[in-house]
Amino acid sequence: MKHLTWFSATSLALGFAFLYLPMIILVIYSFNASKLVTVWAGFSTRWYGELIQNEAFLDAAWVTIRVAVASSTLATILGTMAAYTLVRAGRFTGRTLFSGMIYAPLVMPEVITGLSLLLLFIGIGLDRGIFTIILAHTTFSMCFVSVVVSARLVAFDRSLEEAAMDLGCAPMEAFRFVTLPIIAPAVISGWLLAFTLSLDDLVIASFTAGPSATTLPIKIWSSIRLGVSPEINALSTILIGIVTVGVISASLISKRGAIRRQNEEQAALRA
Amino acid sequence: MSDLKFEPWNDPKAVPLISFRNVTKRFGDFIAIDNQTFDIFEHEFFALLGPSGCGKTTMMRMLAGFETPTEGKISLAGQDIAPIPPNKRAVNMMFQSYALFPHLTVWNNIAFGLKREGMAPDAIDARVAEMLKLTRMEKFASRKPHQISGGQKQRVALARSLAKAPKLLLLDEPLGALDAKLRQETQFELVDIQEKTGTTFIIVTHDQEEAMTVATRVAVMDHGQIIQADTPDRIYEMPNSVYVADFIGDVTIIKGRVSPSDDGYEIHHAEGLPPLFAKSNLSLKNGTGAYLAIRPEKISIAAEQPSSARNAIKGAIQDIAYLGNLSTYHVELPNGTIVKAQATNNRRLANRPFTWEDEVWLSWTDTAAVLLDH
Ligand SMILES: Nc1ncnc2c1ncn2[C@@H]1O[C@H](COP(=O)(O)OP(=O)(O)O)[C@@H](O)[C@H]1O
Ligand SMILES: [Mg+2]
Repeated sequence: MKHLTWFSATSLALGFAFLYLPMIILVIYSFNASKLVTVWAGFSTRWYGELIQNEAFLDAAWVTIRVAVASSTLATILGTMAAYTLVRAGRFTGRTLFSGMIYAPLVMPEVITGLSLLLLFIGIGLDRGIFTIILAHTTFSMCFVSVVVSARLVAFDRSLEEAAMDLGCAPMEAFRFVTLPIIAPAVISGWLLAFTLSLDDLVIASFTAGPSATTLPIKIWSSIRLGVSPEINALSTILIGIVTVGVISASLISKRGAIRRQNEEQAALRA
Repeated sequence: MSDLKFEPWNDPKAVPLISFRNVTKRFGDFIAIDNQTFDIFEHEFFALLGPSGCGKTTMMRMLAGFETPTEGKISLAGQDIAPIPPNKRAVNMMFQSYALFPHLTVWNNIAFGLKREGMAPDAIDARVAEMLKLTRMEKFASRKPHQISGGQKQRVALARSLAKAPKLLLLDEPLGALDAKLRQETQFELVDIQEKTGTTFIIVTHDQEEAMTVATRVAVMDHGQIIQADTPDRIYEMPNSVYVADFIGDVTIIKGRVSPSDDGYEIHHAEGLPPLFAKSNLSLKNGTGAYLAIRPEKISIAAEQPSSARNAIKGAIQDIAYLGNLSTYHVELPNGTIVKAQATNNRRLANRPFTWEDEVWLSWTDTAAVLLDH
């Protein structure tokens, strides 16, 4: 083991403090017995109990989960298709333009994405509600899926698809029986990423949500304006937990895939 | 007698399985296949031989359906294959990289094509078992591709491509990854399988020995063209050009000017040395330049001048390559030309009759050397 110099140790500590100190404080205070957020009065799970009784929060949570599942599934399908076309179809006319455009939402300010979606929904007369949030989330998360999946496809041996066609698969069947099972880890981690992004999005959801559907982040944001209640700390802690699990499993799945691939390649070389 | 031999290419009535008619394939400006016309017959084991980049893989990919000819027509069993997609062709290909499906077991890899075909489960079981037996892979049926060796992968790839009993099987450098011994075993196995199944094989290789061992006919390619397609023995004994003679086996090429004599030509190759003689059917004008190709094993080495041979020249041994059973002597003629001659080592090394710097006589018969005009 190499020892860190005092400089890198300090940088690391500072960096992690900046990243995680606020969250740690939030998590600690979610177990505070006192109603006053800033005064510690002993350990208690009281706020988690009250949270479960809160209809408005539970409704919002249910909307959020439905939106996250639906939009990440849609985004995974569309993002995978886009990645497949970009990596596979070779140099068709407009490829550069298309690939530039598909990644644009990655860097586009969320406010602008949200606003433009809002204008679109008003323009085509779509009533705002859970459906429009799903559409909006699909739009901004599919490019993330696309990035993850195309990274895997670039490393994919084309001759496997040719072999599948040679053995009687039409192009769609070759995708279904050979390509998809092999790129599955990347597709799953893309889905988890999209799910997490949807779960904690506030800006785009605020633009595209209607009175009939409120997501959890919106609910939290609006109740905070009436003062921070320890209930929200509890809720946020749960959210942090879900997001952490999502991100860790996404990276584990793709890492395990990479390790297995590497092992297989090494085995192939040794053979 | 010729009725017993398998040589449909000499039979004008034979119907070819595959025919290329003026086929050209371009990638942009680059010509990968250059206006080729030739036939391949049913039950043939046709080997494509040539340096890397000469268009062998491209030829196979056109047959499998992954490339379309830029010009010309390819027919399979009389039918133009251009409009038929790869999945509808009665052709299977064994890929240079094996292309085994990493997520499927050996068994499922072999069954893949049969399942797509909609074959009944019982029939699939039977067919896969048969293929596993043929390639001696029964014990490995439930392994994944990364759990078997290179040689075993190659067998699985072969079994998978044979499973659908294609009319035509394309093998792209199938044995490239194998060591010499396994390679030789597998070559004989391939021939055996070909005889058992009656499938027509086209094999790509850049290993000439492999081509000579397995093929009914060998096509030597260069720059997108087949220079000569003929039986292995004719390719070796009667090359049609310096390129083919030089590509296959060891050879000495002597350049000279010809003058007609008897039923062949005298070749004047060096000032002050007697001309060499070779029988030939070529019709060459007196004084034109030509090449004499002589295989080392067709040359005899002797200490004394042979009395009868018409081709006899004296030289000094410059180098000896000891190959165990054989030795190749590099003999320098007075004009500096090096001629390679081979002799069997039927005596122990210590008793070898010739050594470095020895003066020796090289001689060969009238028909031993081949006269080539290009
Ligand atoms: N898809 C392609 N695009 C451009 N050039 C190609 C393509 N495929 C093959 N070539 C070129 O065609 C030539 C013949 O290739 P190939 O048939 O693979 O040769 P080999 O005889 O080594 O199998 C090579 O020079 C190669 O670079
Ligand atoms: Mg090749």
